[in-house]
Amino acid sequence: MSNFLTDFPEMPNKQFREFKKGVDASYKDFAREWGDLIDAMFDPLLKMLVFFEKTLIATPWPIFMIVLLGLTYWGSRSIKLVIGTFLAFVFIGYFRMWDETMSTIAIILTSVIMSVVIGLPTGIAMSRSDRTQSIVTPILDVMQTMPPFVYLIPIVMLMGIGKIPGLIAVVIYAIPPLIRLTNLGIREVDKEALEAADAFGATKKQKLYQVQLPLALPTIFAGINQTIMMALAMVIIASMIGVKGLGQPVLQSIYNQYFTKGVLYGLAIVIVAIVFDRVSQSYGQRIQKHRSGKIV
Amino acid sequence: MSEAKIQIKNLYKIFGKNPKGAMEHVKNGVGKDELLEKHNHVLGLKDINLDIHAQSVQVVMGLSGSGKSTLIRHINRLIEPTDGSVTVDGDEVLKMNEEELRSFRRGKTAMVFQRFALLPHKTVLQNTIFGLHIQNISEEDANKSALRWIERVGLSGYEDKYPQHLSGGMQQRVGLARALTNDGDILLMDEAFSALDPLIRKDMQDILLELQDELHKTVVFITHDLDEALKIGDRIAILKDGIMDQEGIPAEILLNPKTKYVKDFVEDVNRARVIKAKHIMSEINGQDLSGAMPIDQDDFIDRFIDKVISDKPDNLVIQDKDKKNVGFLSTKKLSEILKR
Repeated sequence: MSNFLTDFPEMPNKQFREFKKGVDASYKDFAREWGDLIDAMFDPLLKMLVFFEKTLIATPWPIFMIVLLGLTYWGSRSIKLVIGTFLAFVFIGYFRMWDETMSTIAIILTSVIMSVVIGLPTGIAMSRSDRTQSIVTPILDVMQTMPPFVYLIPIVMLMGIGKIPGLIAVVIYAIPPLIRLTNLGIREVDKEALEAADAFGATKKQKLYQVQLPLALPTIFAGINQTIMMALAMVIIASMIGVKGLGQPVLQSIYNQYFTKGVLYGLAIVIVAIVFDRVSQSYGQRIQKHRSGKIV
Repeated sequence: MSEAKIQIKNLYKIFGKNPKGAMEHVKNGVGKDELLEKHNHVLGLKDINLDIHAQSVQVVMGLSGSGKSTLIRHINRLIEPTDGSVTVDGDEVLKMNEEELRSFRRGKTAMVFQRFALLPHKTVLQNTIFGLHIQNISEEDANKSALRWIERVGLSGYEDKYPQHLSGGMQQRVGLARALTNDGDILLMDEAFSALDPLIRKDMQDILLELQDELHKTVVFITHDLDEALKIGDRIAILKDGIMDQEGIPAEILLNPKTKYVKDFVEDVNRARVIKAKHIMSEINGQDLSGAMPIDQDDFIDRFIDKVISDKPDNLVIQDKDKKNVGFLSTKKLSEILKR
């Protein structure tokens, strides 16, 4: 009886072992049964990712540079940022990290597209119904607090090691801020602007596209920016399950204690992150310029 | 008078968890404060009856919390009532389905808001055509009519500016142009000028009156400012705590305030500028009209008071446009009215 207070009353060892075995076995059965089908479902995504990767690597570096700098200027209208981006990518190319950077950009691009395609409608649905919000919010909480290693296990069991499981892991990690901020942005839209739209006879769809989304855009854009950053942060973890890119050399460096290599590739990740962050942020600010300004 | 354009009958609005239940208490005479304290419901409107006539300006006046903004939102059903009926041109607004209500709002009404409620991401022109744009009217046609109204409200040259670049008065001109471009018969103005500086407010009032002279819309105008109400309104309804205290033409409200609330409201008003000769004349009934000063029935008192003071006639004879005698007013009665 004295043990009761010192030791927590726990599940007997034998039952616990059987419980674990049971869950593992049924998940394995599920994976065996459906793994191929689920793999096939993600096939188009894999094709997109591979296409991006191949195109980026095959593109001659001067052309890539011109396109990148053009996009940087179009997004930010800042010459300083263009020069910074140029120097950053010269550093990456000169220190022999070009191809890995292209692979990383490809997976970031694919996972951000996927996050927007899933996240935006989810955020909109959440903003329209308190019930949906109360169901989705705890799921997002779990996605944000669960260590990525934990959900890597079932994903790898289901689909093996490769690009697609890595992509899914990145999206799970990176999508919550986009969903949250889309929901928040739409919910914060000025009630009077909505009332005016109602008074003039706008349909729900017209209100969404002409009032709610445009007014929420800066907030949604902050969400996309966060998603890009978090996707980059996942690159090293994703490389553990076979995603090519800047993460794999860092991982090798950890195992083999290659100091210089580790630092260089680490810096490359930081560089890509900073460039993406600055460009997307200044684009976000630029699209809402009409919100501020002098009174005539 | 003609059939009412907008007819509001026995309208009740109660805010809270169980408005229908709270209705019982209200019908049994429970007031606003007691309803909130004992039953935790807010009385928005109680038994409102109002006929608004076509082509006239109906002002609804009251202090904040009196339910005036709630009332105007029932006309285009931005707020669902707890009980009662609202008809426009004989159609029951409260029975319309979603589709009917949308086309009613698109075709018959337009609204101007206290804080403008413009869309910040659209230019002045894009804001102005908003009502037509959502009806899928071609951009060309929409722009044509929008540009006309932008010019009428004095914003030519600002078409491509964003609302944030304009001052409050200019923003509300956009709000007015947006409502006029929609071209409904009914113009709902919810404290449209209350957020503006006094001088700009006066400008806007003049613009509205000038436009109304030409357009003859049915205007419902909400305000908390009595001077504004008297200047703009053909008729004025006074709301207090969700109850309509009095409704009538401005002179009637000034001369015969029915409750203390209305009396307090109208106390400091310069009557001579609001009351017309025809409002205070009595019938001609064998009085001696020799030596009486002729006065046009539509003249305000301050138009003829100077002449009365200098000429000192005993009596005034009130005439219509064709100089036909229609009424009688003694100088003694006139001075009593001004003294009160």
